[in-house]
Amino acid sequence: MKRHLISAADLTRDDAVLILDTAEEMARVADRPIKKLPTLRGLTVVNLFFEDSTRTRISFEAAAKRLSADVINFSAKGSSVSKGESLKDTALTLEAMGADAVVIRHHASGAPYRLATSGWIDSAVVNAGDGTHEHPTQALLDAFTMRRRLVGRDAGLGKDLNGRRITIVGDVLHSRVARSNVQLLHTLGAEVTVVAPPTLVPIGVESWPCEVSYSLDDVLPKSDAVMMLRVQRERMNAAFFPTEREYSRRYGLDGDRMAKMPEHAIVMHPGPMNRGMEITAEVADSDRCTAVEQVANGVSTRMAVLYLLLGGSEPAVTTASTPRTEESK
Amino acid sequence: MSKILIRGAKVLGGEAQDVLIDGETIAEVGTGLSAEGATVIEAEGQVLLPGLVDLHTHLREPGREDSETVLTGTRAAASGGYTAVFAMANTFPVADTAGVVEQVWRLGKESGYCDVQPIGAVTVGLEGKQLSELGAMHDSAARVTVFSDDGKCVDDAVIMRRALEYVKAFGGVVAQHAQEPRLTEGAQMNEGVVSAELGLGGWPAVAEESIIARDVLLAEHVGSRVHICHLSTAGSVEIVRWAKSRGIDVTAEVTPHHLLLTDELVRSYNAVYKVNPPLRTERDVTALREALADGTIDIVATDHAPHPHEDKDCEWAAAAMGMVGLETALSVVQQTMVETGLLDWAGVAERMSFAPARIGGLDHHGRPVSAGEPANLTLVDTSYRGVVDPAHFASRSRNTPYEGRELPGRVTHTFLRGRATVVDGILA
Repeated sequence: MKRHLISAADLTRDDAVLILDTAEEMARVADRPIKKLPTLRGLTVVNLFFEDSTRTRISFEAAAKRLSADVINFSAKGSSVSKGESLKDTALTLEAMGADAVVIRHHASGAPYRLATSGWIDSAVVNAGDGTHEHPTQALLDAFTMRRRLVGRDAGLGKDLNGRRITIVGDVLHSRVARSNVQLLHTLGAEVTVVAPPTLVPIGVESWPCEVSYSLDDVLPKSDAVMMLRVQRERMNAAFFPTEREYSRRYGLDGDRMAKMPEHAIVMHPGPMNRGMEITAEVADSDRCTAVEQVANGVSTRMAVLYLLLGGSEPAVTTASTPRTEESK
Repeated sequence: MSKILIRGAKVLGGEAQDVLIDGETIAEVGTGLSAEGATVIEAEGQVLLPGLVDLHTHLREPGREDSETVLTGTRAAASGGYTAVFAMANTFPVADTAGVVEQVWRLGKESGYCDVQPIGAVTVGLEGKQLSELGAMHDSAARVTVFSDDGKCVDDAVIMRRALEYVKAFGGVVAQHAQEPRLTEGAQMNEGVVSAELGLGGWPAVAEESIIARDVLLAEHVGSRVHICHLSTAGSVEIVRWAKSRGIDVTAEVTPHHLLLTDELVRSYNAVYKVNPPLRTERDVTALREALADGTIDIVATDHAPHPHEDKDCEWAAAAMGMVGLETALSVVQQTMVETGLLDWAGVAERMSFAPARIGGLDHHGRPVSAGEPANLTLVDTSYRGVVDPAHFASRSRNTPYEGRELPGRVTHTFLRGRATVVDGILA
């Protein structure tokens, strides 16, 4: 694997499968009475968040803490960033404080790439969502969830998502989740279809490794998983669609539509959900919806990513609770 | 007065000739001219061009002297072979009054490296609402004839129409920055395959093309001439070609960077490639080169846009738009137009000196290399190959997209009215 995780496109099929397999190992730790591994003891992980995101931040925080890393949360609000400090100076500050990994969430597409490639810092950089570009750990946790549900927890080990039909519905244009998922799911062998009104599909989508459809009803019967993206109500004001109700009628997932999906198919949502907009409460609360499971899987997946970027090639989980010695680090 | 004999240069790329400068004027052009009493410059193998004229330069003074001043900008211009530059109006304060354009004009006089012709803002504060006192700027010491809100589009069709009409009274021309503002809200790069992947706000070609289409029709309707700044798309070329075929009085410029670079470079998220209009696709680059060769596009203009390091050493969305260009323009044109066989050196002289001087109404620049003409000349070693090192720039800013890139050609001498501003590649 590369030193940083900036884009889902950075991952080969084998990299991705290794992360998913490692995440399964990490998930087992969560079942233990003491949910902690000593693997990253002495290392410092900085959560550098320029954008509000409680969910993603606490997920990374939990992941790093379960690996015994020291965690520093750096939020742009209430810091010198709000006084006009540049990304570069913030990076230099973190470097001086000895960050081993920087988990960055930024409103500007490409900010994590700049952080990783401009020579400002030496630490590993993990993209926790940049603008409308990518959110690779979300794609990994989604793939993890799909593999568990569609292939099997144990049966899935070492396997990819070959031939699975995944449908991604909603504001593809502005979605970093969609961009990362299309890349990663393609790498894992899945057949991806994005569904959106034409206004919310980017110009240039023809180069993406996926199909594009404007009709949700046509695609649902041929889907093993349907991922509903959050649609911001504000998009209505920029004329991306006429009204919330019209969007909901044409592209929202309700019970009737869910019934058109194959029996085994799951409904996914990266959260936070707009109940009544892209998804009805009936669907959100059904057994087929994996939204809550995705959150739990997010911690295991991010543990796997941090471990593989920082911990090297040794097994993450050895025997039940053998603490690692300094020499073996 | 001092005499200089340039010996054996290929005038406009043609036969080797000697050119004798006496004082501020070219005294004689021929072969075997006497060197008596003259400083001799051996120019065998080099190409002699009329001093280059840039219709589109941002000198940043007044207001952003941290990125460029009239002095540093004209030094950069001389290094690049220019003897005259048109200074864009988007300074702080905006060059929308006789006072500001006269200040820039006076600073140009004092610099002595190259003539500075101020451009006046079309509208007060570049806000597109109310016409600036265009007549007062024309009547000032700066004698402004080119007006532009460059950096912003004159998007209100009525304001544009009135400006086109009004400047006819004194032979002025409006240079339009064609960018439909609503279609480019939040735009960060060319809209296409690369923007879709990178998640950067798309800047559609149609935002440029729709304004150009509107403005050539307006120019036709009111019988005015219009100049299009930094044309960047294949579609824009088609519209200008159509307008010219209809007899509409339109001229157009292309920047060196749009002749060479594409939006693929944005994949690096390196903000040095962030520019307005944005870098487009390979297809656009090809169309722009062909249009410059066939005369659809009249001139090359640099859109030299200096920015301090901190405004580029940051995340893409936060970065300023623009690239410096004065010191690399001729080399880029040599690579993209001459070495590809699309233009000869006479063609380069037309597009980088004669035509821009004509469009901008400069009488003493863009003149033939012949006896009796002002000695504004540029001598180019076209066999030179070198890697661009911004540390050697005369410009105060370093935001070049060509750092580390090998480019051909080097300006060895520049003469402004007979005075050498560059000697052996070094500023005099």
